[in-house]
Amino acid sequence: MSRWQAGRRHPVRFSLNGKPCRGEAEPRLLLTDFLRHHIGMTGTHVGCEHGVCGACTVEIDRQPARACLTFAIQVQGCEVRTVEGLAPSPDRLGVLQAAFKRHHALQCGFCTAGILMSLDGLLRQRPRPDEESIRDLLSGHLCRCTGYTPIVRAALEAAAELADLGEETTNA
Amino acid sequence: MKPAAFDYVCAEHLDEALDVLDRERSDARILAGGQSLVAMLNMRLARPKTLIDIMRLPELARIESRGETIMVGAGVRQAELLAWPELARRLPLVALALPWTGHAQTRSRGTVCGSIAHADPSAELPLVLQALGGEVHLRSAARRRQLTANAFFAGMMATARADEELIEAVSFPVRQQRCAFREVARRHGDFAIVACAAIGTAQGVRLAIGGVADTPVARDFPRLDGSALDDALNGFAWDLDARDDIHATARYRRDLVRMIGRDLVREVLP
Repeated sequence: MSRWQAGRRHPVRFSLNGKPCRGEAEPRLLLTDFLRHHIGMTGTHVGCEHGVCGACTVEIDRQPARACLTFAIQVQGCEVRTVEGLAPSPDRLGVLQAAFKRHHALQCGFCTAGILMSLDGLLRQRPRPDEESIRDLLSGHLCRCTGYTPIVRAALEAAAELADLGEETTNA
Repeated sequence: MKPAAFDYVCAEHLDEALDVLDRERSDARILAGGQSLVAMLNMRLARPKTLIDIMRLPELARIESRGETIMVGAGVRQAELLAWPELARRLPLVALALPWTGHAQTRSRGTVCGSIAHADPSAELPLVLQALGGEVHLRSAARRRQLTANAFFAGMMATARADEELIEAVSFPVRQQRCAFREVARRHGDFAIVACAAIGTAQGVRLAIGGVADTPVARDFPRLDGSALDDALNGFAWDLDARDDIHATARYRRDLVRMIGRDLVREVLP
């Protein structure tokens, strides 16, 4: 049994976008704040901080998760992926990201990182999702700009493109 | 919107979790998926001195068939139960209701027992446990005990769990050949304004309602139709003592109980 005392920093280690990540965290530090303030990776956004808006959605062990409802200490030894891990290289967008750009699936972009993470996971699990399952997944996110329709279009197009590529992993 | 400071204990054996809980009682809280508790901590509606993480205990992460019941351990996430291949056949009512619990992004972390421990009156899993007459298996350092769902849910977010106890598992009876579930919410995955579960019984139908009273409430009805059914549902709707809130009026909630109730009764009666 390990007991991490309140108010003191403790070492945290996990895999972040495929690379080892180390840092120190107080028990009460949320994963959102660890990523943004301690690691400096500000792609994960912070909206409501009680799990409703979905802006902070990341992947933990290949499942979507609210980083604002997770403490950094809880991901000890886990595999975490954030929006920074989506693009194949710094100068190239992934298939899903490019479809978002083409379809104007974002305006202010605040909700986008979380939505991309949810959709990336869906496209990996179900290569040809229908509109209903995309909309069901999007019910876990709030977007106040787009009305969601361009997001659904982008997701459907990305899904078709990825299926054509016939890849096992999305590279979305 | 940041939690107050707390000690974090990562239990490696169930005994360790029970010992800490026994020593620190109401100062300690069990942390499982955290999808209800961490929101409460962030808003400082809860300020425990210690959090005991039980998600690294393999003995709690099991779904087991035990006779005529299915035991779901405290470490089983909602998404894991939803993906259990036997779910639709063994627990069809749970299979109908679980997709309404939160969103895919919270079911991936949130546990079945955690939702029941939280005891939100509009949550689906407490409703289903009440509808099925399931049981909550409590454990402390000194003893084990089982409570029926009806005895466990004591009020709005209040349960009969003692401070030194944790929920080790919940059990759902396997008997629900004919069942139905319906919910009205502002957005799929949001808390229910009214949620309703129905199960066909030998005498008629058992109806359970969430989102209206302080706890989910179940009632057995004989085989009724026409105005006799309407009267019975009207009586049930009034007995639930609905209240107005920001989401809906008490009158609207009673209307939903009558309308959804009638639809579901017709659905489950052959």
